[in-house]
Amino acid sequence: MFDQLGGSTARLFASIGEVSLFTARAVRDAIRPPYELEEVTRQLYEVGWRSAPLIATAGFSVGVVLSMHTRASLERFGAESLIPAGLGIAVVSETGPLIAALLLAGRVGAGIGAEVSAMKVTEQIEALEAVAVDAFRYLAVTRVVACILALPLLTILMDFSAIAGGFLAETLVSGMSFRLYLDRAFSLIGFEDLVPATLKTAVFGLIIGSVSSYLGFNAEEGTEGVGRASTRAVVLTSILIILANVLLVRLIFFFFPQGAA
Amino acid sequence: MSGEAVVRLDRVSKSFDGRRVLDGVSFEVGRGRAFCLLGRSGTGKSVTLKHIVGLVRPDSGHVFVEGHDVPSLGRRELSAVRRRIGFLFQAAALFDSISVGENVAFPLRRHTALSGVEIRERAMARLADVGLEGEYDKMPGALSGGMRKRAGLARAMVLDPAVLLVDEPSAGLDPMTSEEIDRLLIERKERDKVTLVVVTHNIPSARAIGDELAVLHDGRIIARGTAGELERSEHEMVRVFMRSQAGG
Repeated sequence: MFDQLGGSTARLFASIGEVSLFTARAVRDAIRPPYELEEVTRQLYEVGWRSAPLIATAGFSVGVVLSMHTRASLERFGAESLIPAGLGIAVVSETGPLIAALLLAGRVGAGIGAEVSAMKVTEQIEALEAVAVDAFRYLAVTRVVACILALPLLTILMDFSAIAGGFLAETLVSGMSFRLYLDRAFSLIGFEDLVPATLKTAVFGLIIGSVSSYLGFNAEEGTEGVGRASTRAVVLTSILIILANVLLVRLIFFFFPQGAA
Repeated sequence: MSGEAVVRLDRVSKSFDGRRVLDGVSFEVGRGRAFCLLGRSGTGKSVTLKHIVGLVRPDSGHVFVEGHDVPSLGRRELSAVRRRIGFLFQAAALFDSISVGENVAFPLRRHTALSGVEIRERAMARLADVGLEGEYDKMPGALSGGMRKRAGLARAMVLDPAVLLVDEPSAGLDPMTSEEIDRLLIERKERDKVTLVVVTHNIPSARAIGDELAVLHDGRIIARGTAGELERSEHEMVRVFMRSQAGG
């Protein structure tokens, strides 16, 4: 039993090491030329633009629901006027970035895991190498870069959609004007709330792009391997995003203590 | 063999997970010649091809293409050698996210300074060579197995390679399509002096294409020569193998 446990632990650490090396190589190759700009643009469209409807819809719904919950709580204290500010700070500092990242992990992480692993089992990755194309740079680095660039933008979309949803819920109940709602929603949001929380999603993007690509590149043979890579990509990236979020929030509070206040 | 060796394997050995797949494999192929590697499934034929293009590194031995020792090359040098090699994969390995025409155009976009119009024209011409001129805008998934293979051949040939590696040209194809692929390969060899290394277990196909045939068994080449010589081989397994598909 101890042997089994030891073996599993060793495999876990080996996998963590491999993913870390894969990610480090992706970051290094992303910085160094030649750049695969055309493929990065195509991936930005796939990862960013095509995820926008999902993110906007989810954000809007989250805004409506958060507004309703906040009203139910604050009404008891006669503090309904704080609803837009409470919703704004909650969405911008935590809810927006985390939900956007988890949604992207589901949509894009599964997609990358399935696409790259399918390319592997059908020898398309070897075919890329055979036509003198660096498959790692072409497939993994472009997807990692696209995820890093797209996720902060999608998070901003998520934030604004949630605030729009919150406004709809609020105006239907209290008849508050859009101008007043916006003023109140942004009254508590400062640079230290918006910028670090949005930029931290670039790290989530790195996790989604690199872990999903790693699982695709290392998929087992056959269609079963494709399905497994896709599922693992969603599960693993979601867990890592949640864990990384704890660390990143600690870091943000360390560098921007006023944000924690 | 005539002229210089364009492809040469020198005592190449390779193991995967402790299982020896190639055990001291050596052969050489001259310019404009066709070498067919025969053998049962799982004997290391495809792995041999992948050594030539540097997709697999040998545990020991050397692989030379036009005088370059492939396993010792850096990324840039390997890339230059790969541009001189066309590879037709067993299932064609067309990139399924782009059209058939874009698959053929892909190496041109990556490695030439041709304009978009010139690239399209050249890709179209290569597709016409394999009888697929009307399929440029179709997606690979919409093609039959034979058409995919022909499209794969067009992609493998588009950079006018000196060496063409072909993995199981007849696999999964009807006899007529298989003969058509054989005819295209022979045409390339005779017209453009392309060096062919063909992996197959289809004896009629090997007879039609190959100037020299070799039988791979348990990771070793156990016999080599012309089809007639292999039929008279002292190795019973070779004779049985050669007879097994003589009519088909």
